[in-house]
Amino acid sequence: MVTGLINENPIIYPKKERRVRTDSNNTDEFAAEPIDQLEIFDILSLDIKDPEHPYSLEELKVITEDSVEVDDETSHVRVTFTPTMEHCSMATIIGLCVRVKLMRSLPPRYKIDIRVAPGSHATEDALNKQLNDKERVAAALENPNLVEMVDECLLPSDE
Amino acid sequence: MVEPNQLTQHLETFVDITRSPTQQDDSLRRIASSLENDTLSINQLVREMEMYLTTTDDVVRARGILLLAEILNSLKQKPLDNAIVHSLIGFFTEKLADWRAVRGALVGCLALLKRKNVAGVDVLAIAKAMIQNVQVQSFALLERKLCFELLECLLQHHSEAIITMGNLLVYATCEAIDGEKDPQCLMVVFHLIELLAQLFPSPSGPVASDASDIFDSIACYFPLHFTHTKGDEASITREDLSRGLLRAFSSTPFFEPYAIPLLLEKLSSSLTVAKVDSLKCLKDCAMKYGVYRMKKHYGVLWSALKDEFYSSTGTQLSFALESLTSPGFEMNEIHREAVNLLQTLVNQDISFLGFVVDDIHINTVFDTISRHSQYKEMPDTSKLDVLVISQILSVSAKASVKSCNIIFQTVFFRLMNILGIVEIVSTGDVFPKGNSTVSTRLYHGGLHLCIELLRASKDLILDFEEYSPTPGCAQESWCSIVKSFSFPLIQVFTSAVRCSNNDCAEDVYFGVKGLLAMGMFWGGSSPLSRSEFEKILMTLTSIITAKSAKTVVWELALRALVCIGSFIDRYHDSDKVMSYMSIVVENLVSLASSSQCGLPYAMLLEATSEVCSTGPEHVEKMVQGFEEAFCSSLSDFYVTGNFKSIDNCSQLLKCLTNKLLPRVAEIDGLEKLLVHFAISMWNQIESCGVFSCDFNCREFVEAAMTSMGQVVGIALVESQNSIFQKAYSVISSSILPAMESIPLTFAALEGLQRDLSKRDELILSLFASVMIAASPAASIPDAKSLIHLFLVSLLKGYIPAAQALGSMVNKLSSGSGGTNISSDCSLEEACDIIFHADFALEKKISSNGSGPSGKIICASETTLSKICLGLCGSVDLQTRAITGLAWIGKGLLMRGDKRVNEIAQVLVECLKSSNRSGHALHPSAMKHSADAFFILMSDSEVCLNRKFHAVIRPLYKQWFFSSTVPILESLIMNSETPLSRTMLHVALAHVISNVPLTVILDNTKKLHPLILEGLSVLSVDSSEKETLFSLLLVLSGTLTDTKGQQSASDNAHIIIECLVKLTSYPYLMVVRETAIQCLVALLELPHRRIYPFRRKVLQAIVKALDDRKQRVRKEAIRCRQAWVSITT
Repeated sequence: MVTGLINENPIIYPKKERRVRTDSNNTDEFAAEPIDQLEIFDILSLDIKDPEHPYSLEELKVITEDSVEVDDETSHVRVTFTPTMEHCSMATIIGLCVRVKLMRSLPPRYKIDIRVAPGSHATEDALNKQLNDKERVAAALENPNLVEMVDECLLPSDE
Repeated sequence: MVEPNQLTQHLETFVDITRSPTQQDDSLRRIASSLENDTLSINQLVREMEMYLTTTDDVVRARGILLLAEILNSLKQKPLDNAIVHSLIGFFTEKLADWRAVRGALVGCLALLKRKNVAGVDVLAIAKAMIQNVQVQSFALLERKLCFELLECLLQHHSEAIITMGNLLVYATCEAIDGEKDPQCLMVVFHLIELLAQLFPSPSGPVASDASDIFDSIACYFPLHFTHTKGDEASITREDLSRGLLRAFSSTPFFEPYAIPLLLEKLSSSLTVAKVDSLKCLKDCAMKYGVYRMKKHYGVLWSALKDEFYSSTGTQLSFALESLTSPGFEMNEIHREAVNLLQTLVNQDISFLGFVVDDIHINTVFDTISRHSQYKEMPDTSKLDVLVISQILSVSAKASVKSCNIIFQTVFFRLMNILGIVEIVSTGDVFPKGNSTVSTRLYHGGLHLCIELLRASKDLILDFEEYSPTPGCAQESWCSIVKSFSFPLIQVFTSAVRCSNNDCAEDVYFGVKGLLAMGMFWGGSSPLSRSEFEKILMTLTSIITAKSAKTVVWELALRALVCIGSFIDRYHDSDKVMSYMSIVVENLVSLASSSQCGLPYAMLLEATSEVCSTGPEHVEKMVQGFEEAFCSSLSDFYVTGNFKSIDNCSQLLKCLTNKLLPRVAEIDGLEKLLVHFAISMWNQIESCGVFSCDFNCREFVEAAMTSMGQVVGIALVESQNSIFQKAYSVISSSILPAMESIPLTFAALEGLQRDLSKRDELILSLFASVMIAASPAASIPDAKSLIHLFLVSLLKGYIPAAQALGSMVNKLSSGSGGTNISSDCSLEEACDIIFHADFALEKKISSNGSGPSGKIICASETTLSKICLGLCGSVDLQTRAITGLAWIGKGLLMRGDKRVNEIAQVLVECLKSSNRSGHALHPSAMKHSADAFFILMSDSEVCLNRKFHAVIRPLYKQWFFSSTVPILESLIMNSETPLSRTMLHVALAHVISNVPLTVILDNTKKLHPLILEGLSVLSVDSSEKETLFSLLLVLSGTLTDTKGQQSASDNAHIIIECLVKLTSYPYLMVVRETAIQCLVALLELPHRRIYPFRRKVLQAIVKALDDRKQRVRKEAIRCRQAWVSITT
């Protein structure tokens, strides 16, 4: 077991002001509002905490609004996240959390693609492979320790 | 009264610690009361108690002494002999050394010291014993508190006696308070320090010599950190403690060498609380310690203060409407305290200003200003410089007249030079440039600084005028400086306002703000001449009347005018009132009444109403102007048929309703003006003939009805009567005779159509709105004919008539002949006309309609109800009658009249698939009677509410609920056709969703199955989506309350089934959203009840994750997370 924290003193960024939704929701009962970048970013930033610190991924700039790409028509979403440190062994956990959160929040028709930002991690390729391999993700989610850790990160915050 | 053996018993009770506290208190009270009424003397008591007071048993002795002390404490009012007091003090003083009985001794001493007749010797004895024998910090909390209170009492009430103790006293106090931690004790401790400081003010006294020690003992509490929010009953807050500490700090100038360095040090801390407290404390200390002592700290103080200004100011300068009258950036608490401190320092000693004026930053700020023209182009550091320096200079200028003079002398010329207003000639003389050569160098930083200085001097005049009645500012040098520049300044601001580029929104903002600042100089000592003031008003007014679209500058100018207007009104500046009236108010009002203006009418009205609401005279002017405008527009419409005129009328009325009516309570005399307006509305309508063209003027009629109703609603009863008279004379000369001639026979009624002319319809609607809004005390002329009129018109399909009829039956006084002289018709008579009347019954119907319950003449037997039941007449007539009946029923229901039951019966009868005469009902009639229950139960905005003086009986909804629900329930059970079943459910849903939730919660067991069935019946199609939603809200209310949860738990399976179905209800998003929220709320139920449904719920929620609405998806995510996590 690793003792101590991987990144003891992460940089905290102030939360960006939310883009206000301009399309008022009540105008047309039957108009569809496709899932968009902001909605997915809200899903990810509000409830996922860093595994080591009580900060949200938004505050640590692990995920930004621009790092989410979504296409509602083809049901595809890609999230690119930036670990706080190059050798961060928590990157897998963060990636797994993002995947689990999206799996639980998006309709089943979606294909989810999780990536580490190019050049932000030492074992980038391995990590990308690991996070997008269905079997390995399924296996990981059968490991009770990992599931507990993931659930811990996904506890709803008070905000 | 107390016998010796009884006394012994009481004594025993108190001393015995195994007895309950209430028993002990009781015996204490009894002994005290017998002392109070002299059946027992102190001497007797002490003799009786001797054994308890002197025994060697520690517990008994402590209790005994405490008893005696408590008795003395409760006898505060009773005079005692000097000798007795003396000997008691002797006793208690001795006992102070007895640590086991110290509590009693302290209470006793405290009780005795609070008496008037205590000899100095005795006080001294107590004080000495206290100092020698009592180790305060070794006691428990209660005793410590008593010790401090004793000291407080000594210092506060017996200072002459103990002043001789000098050093000893100070030393003992310091020792006692050292290390105290309890908040309640600390409150006393801080006061002790204050008292000590007051007692020994001399520089050679003990406080002066021991200042360092005393200060050390309290310095450790600063800055005060206290996070308990509540708890003990004393409930001391951090603010209390911190205020106490601040007072202790500033209690004596001898603390100065220790306090100021400490405070300056804490000021540099990063904790907000520490900064705020330090600034507050520095302010108090500066005032208390005096100029002489503070002088040596000025240098350090200034630099610390400047740092605070810099760190507490942001670089965001707001260009919003709201910040026209504020510095324009956000101020936190630190900033506010820093402002206070700076102002105090400058005010107290003008020499502090030297540090400010000579500061290097202030001298470089002019370079900064002249480097960048646009605010947004400045780098952040320059922005900060400009904002902070402006703030510092304006705060210092505001501090006193002297400081204002100095600041203007040092800064203003340079500022004017930068703005291009003056030239500095090589000889050093300065003079304003001529009018023509004002350059357009609009440096934003400079404008900001200039405006802040002007605003500061304006505030200074106001402060000054409040204290001294004579206008003295005019001779001050700052005033003459402003005076000499006022003309070019106004020109600069005006040219900024007139800037027409697209990217000069900020120029315009500064221009308006500058004009506003110039326009707010007060009265006689104003540096502005009257013509200059008028020029400002003209500039602003011309902006408003010139712009044809709602631009930023338009709104800014309007806001500025409103500010100036309310400023003038507040300070009663008679000269300016006249200028404002003639330039702004009359100008706008005349434009509004002539409507010959490029400005859209709505904007013109908005501007006029905003500007005029600043003072009562302006309001009067405006209402008169509006009255004229209304009359001329309306007659113009009648003559020329100009649609624009009638549109203007509607807008005018809307403006009146929205802007003026809500302020009736604030503005004196507005009620009279509005009543006058209402009467001239009637006059105008009376004098106008028929509409020259057929124009659908729905909007105008509605606006007129709302205004008329609201005006009548706020008017006094006498004014209501005069409006009634006028309205009645109009209506009786037009439609009343025609309507009265329609007999109430089926033959006549059947042929009714909506056949009133537009004018008649307008008159009818207006009259109805007068009736709706009238108070029960108003007298209704010719009520019987009016009832006839309304009855016929409601059958013709005019809803306002039905509402007016409902209001009439709600407000008419009951009792035959009318106990109320104001009306010629009683409730009974009215009901007779409505229900029985002289309808000529046709034979075949009466034979058909005689049901089994023919013994009394009830409403279901009357003609109106026969029309409702469809026994005669067309479907149209039937639905109109049903709606009319609902409004009448509402009026009766609200006053708690039993006749509403009969109406309910008729309505219920209409919901059956076939009524008892076997007559099938039309679906539309059924729908109308189901909706009639909504009319009956819901709160209406348009009539029968408090605003319109309705008679409202408490709990009427509950009453109707309990009488109706069982009937509807049994009918639902026995309903024969699906349509009837649906309609019965709609009616039930209306009743359930309009009754207070607590009533539902008391009956959840019975209601849950009904509600759920209703939800599933209503969710079949989209026609009842609103009703479905309100019923769902009731369900969600029962699920979130603990009272409803038992029944929810019993019905969990059907509730979940129903909610799951509603999560995909396609017609209304809020229904889906609420259904999902309800599913989350269900998780509060016992695990074993809900776990079996987990699969089912999750399946439904996964579908909801793909909902087309974002809000539903958001709830679905939350719900899914919650249901997933109940696995184990």
